[in-house]
Amino acid sequence: MRCSKCKGRASIELRRHHAAYCKPDYLEFFDQQVERAIHKQRMFQPNDRILVGVSGGKDSLSLWDYLLRMGYDATALHIHLGIGEYSNHSHTTTVKFAQERGAPLITVDLAEQYGMGVPELSQAIRRVPCSGCGLSKRYILNKEAYDREFTVVAMGHNLDDEAATLMGNVLHWEMGALARQSPALPANREKLIRRVKPLYTVTEREVAANAILRGIEYVQEECPNSVGARSIMYKNALDQIEAQSPGTKHAFFSIFLDRIRPVMEGAQEDFELRDCDICGQATTGSVCAFCRMWQQAHRKAGENSQRAQGTRTVQGPVPDALPTEDRPV
Amino acid sequence: MKVIIRNPRRRELELEGSRRVDALIKELDLNPEQVLVIRDDDLLTRDVMIKNEDTVEIVSAISGGLR
Repeated sequence: MRCSKCKGRASIELRRHHAAYCKPDYLEFFDQQVERAIHKQRMFQPNDRILVGVSGGKDSLSLWDYLLRMGYDATALHIHLGIGEYSNHSHTTTVKFAQERGAPLITVDLAEQYGMGVPELSQAIRRVPCSGCGLSKRYILNKEAYDREFTVVAMGHNLDDEAATLMGNVLHWEMGALARQSPALPANREKLIRRVKPLYTVTEREVAANAILRGIEYVQEECPNSVGARSIMYKNALDQIEAQSPGTKHAFFSIFLDRIRPVMEGAQEDFELRDCDICGQATTGSVCAFCRMWQQAHRKAGENSQRAQGTRTVQGPVPDALPTEDRPV
Repeated sequence: MKVIIRNPRRRELELEGSRRVDALIKELDLNPEQVLVIRDDDLLTRDVMIKNEDTVEIVSAISGGLR
């Protein structure tokens, strides 16, 4: 197969674009796709301070690599989730990437800073690990960005991630989530930092090709908690269709963004945001979902510890706030 | 040929004879939209012939869970 641009030997075929590219032309094509997405959604300007959520996987490292190569002021935030060897490997991979490029990296250790890692958190609140993990990541990224005066939070979600999320939201008619699903969420309040997804137009396979061809060393192993995750089920279903009808994923998400989301956004009920009584971050209630979750986790962990020690659990009202040393701030 | 599959767990296969990339992917019951085939640090398109003495790596492009 020949490169559509230079007619040399192609390294990758992109059926949805009716094109194939050699290594240098593919890497140029990839950068153009990301640049176009940033401009189309007006994600950020050269003078913005960007905090990139980096897990150590191909998507977030490809994004950070792109932003650094293009000269953006991009600092990474890595959250050590405490998921055994997977988290240790993710952390060392991210640190190595940062050191090799002399790039700024902030690490938040969930267990050190909030008292427990994802497995213990999941056990304490009796919810699937992805639930507490996702909420914690979103909250910590926004909070660290606000506290450290970053102007934008960037995440490595790709087209497959967005199409799978859209499929889940459509199948369950999650109207609120549909109205909010966007590759560029504005900073509509002082403490809610603008959140963008510059890789939303490139597929997961295209991002992996970018990482491999650029020699980016990334974590290939999967989070052990992602086994059986719904997102993978939706991705598999969409890729079955994509294999028969190239371009379907892109059409599904881009038509939603251009034609459906504006209607849904306009129909969304207004809600007022206020400061969380515990941490001060923006929320619709008196206590934000993150603080409620950690309150519950520490309370349950305390009860379990008392049970293990053979002491009687005291039944009583939920404390209004965590003890100072346990507060998630 | 030697085939190293990272999907994402690593496993190795020994297959007899030469075959095209698309035939190998089909034989292994993989979705071509979800994998990349690598030989000597370069990616292979579906029409490339893999020789019996080659070593190729098949990498899964799909990750999951909430990020």
